[in-house]
Amino acid sequence: MSMPFYVAPEQVMKDRADYARKGIARGRSLVAAVYDNGILICAENPSSTLRKVSEIYDRIGFAGVGKYNEFDQLRIAGVRAADLKGFAYSREDVDARSLANNYAQILGQVFTHEMKPMEVEILVAEVGKSPAHDQLFHILYDGTVMDEEKFTVLGGEAEIIASRLEGLWTETLDLRGALAAAVGALSGPDRSLAATDLEVAVLERTAERRAFRRIERNVLPDLLP
Amino acid sequence: MPFFTPGDDPGPSFSSLVRRLGLSPETPSSDVGARLAVTHATTVVAIRFAEGVVIAGDRRATSGNLISHRAIEKVFPADRHSGVAIAGAAGPAMEMVKLFQLQLEHYEKVEGTQLSLEGKANQLGQMVRSNLPAAMQGLAVVPIFAGYDLGRQTGRLFQYDVTGGRYEESNYASSGSGSLHAGTVVKLGFREGLTRNEAVDLALSAIFQAADEDSATGGPDLVRGIYPVIATITVDGFTRVPDAEIADRFTGLLDILASREVGITRIPENSTETGGEKR
Repeated sequence: MSMPFYVAPEQVMKDRADYARKGIARGRSLVAAVYDNGILICAENPSSTLRKVSEIYDRIGFAGVGKYNEFDQLRIAGVRAADLKGFAYSREDVDARSLANNYAQILGQVFTHEMKPMEVEILVAEVGKSPAHDQLFHILYDGTVMDEEKFTVLGGEAEIIASRLEGLWTETLDLRGALAAAVGALSGPDRSLAATDLEVAVLERTAERRAFRRIERNVLPDLLP
Repeated sequence: MPFFTPGDDPGPSFSSLVRRLGLSPETPSSDVGARLAVTHATTVVAIRFAEGVVIAGDRRATSGNLISHRAIEKVFPADRHSGVAIAGAAGPAMEMVKLFQLQLEHYEKVEGTQLSLEGKANQLGQMVRSNLPAAMQGLAVVPIFAGYDLGRQTGRLFQYDVTGGRYEESNYASSGSGSLHAGTVVKLGFREGLTRNEAVDLALSAIFQAADEDSATGGPDLVRGIYPVIATITVDGFTRVPDAEIADRFTGLLDILASREVGITRIPENSTETGGEKR
């Protein structure tokens, strides 16, 4: 007869959080920032085919860092949920807040009940008619949701990058300026990032319907400082 | 939020996702058309021209011999480089277009790439095929699909039958109650390398002649300013021809038609006034 060892719930949660954080820290980071004409999402990603940033719905974008298969599964679930909601009700009824809550539920559920937590951090961004209506939801591996105002950083070195971005980002940046700030914050003082190290997409405020647009690598050098 | 295990994942198909979740409507079990007046959408045509395709439809919907709508639209963008025009039971047809548009967008978002034009045409064929049980109950939908093939750099047209049969047409396609007349007009006016303006005029003329012969097809409505919907699909994408331009072209068409009538004496019918003798 063997008795299972007692492990305090605090310890279980701490172990899981450590595990998830370690997984996320292995990958590269990602920045999302509001600029005058939309929302910029800029990821450090050497692959041009395995995407970290993608489209969910007309005015909603998605980005993930950490384990690719896990955030990609979440991305597809988001596309499905959004398309189903738009089909059943109306396109206007699909919003980022409800998606973010859905994601938070799933991540929270997996964190507490499954064998292993998801090693991901995700972003759900919705571009509004004016910068005041932009929404950035940053969701952690345990289902914690953070509603960010102007910019957010996902990934292992989030705090350092965010403090760098704090100094570079201003209210009135245009796309070029926001991209310079994002790349500057991601690279830091000791490195430089080229177009081939980046994956960039925007949600354009003035778009009639589908606001998500990738900035392909062949045009990216023209926008980089 | 829908989650699936890798084995039974519905993949990038939105319609199979809808089916999996039990959201698709049930097929009626008896002949709806015989019991109720079902709203029908009528004549649509598509014509290939030098830079792409023109796709056009009239604006009338009928229930039996009543006009139920004067301004419905039967020509829709399917995505950036393709369009769909519908004929048949209006309700299921609109639903099919909505589902088809979503199907293409959903695929693009999930997979990260667009379907080929051929793939899109096949998808629509499968949707028409799955509508067959409803078609047997009087809810037939027969669309036309047209698009610009970016790979082959040409406009392409697809016609369907009620069983989902997919037929690629090289020059033009038509569907709906006035399709015989509209198709004949296009057949006589078609030649290789039509310009955009010639193709728009030909489509307008086809709809007009179909409306002239078929009571379920609506002609241009000058009183209310309702004109056929005409769109072009080229390398630049789906563009609807503005109503003002169609009104303008229609005036031109009327001038040509009216000029042919000058000098024609109308033979009066036999009347009782003259004792059955012609005057």
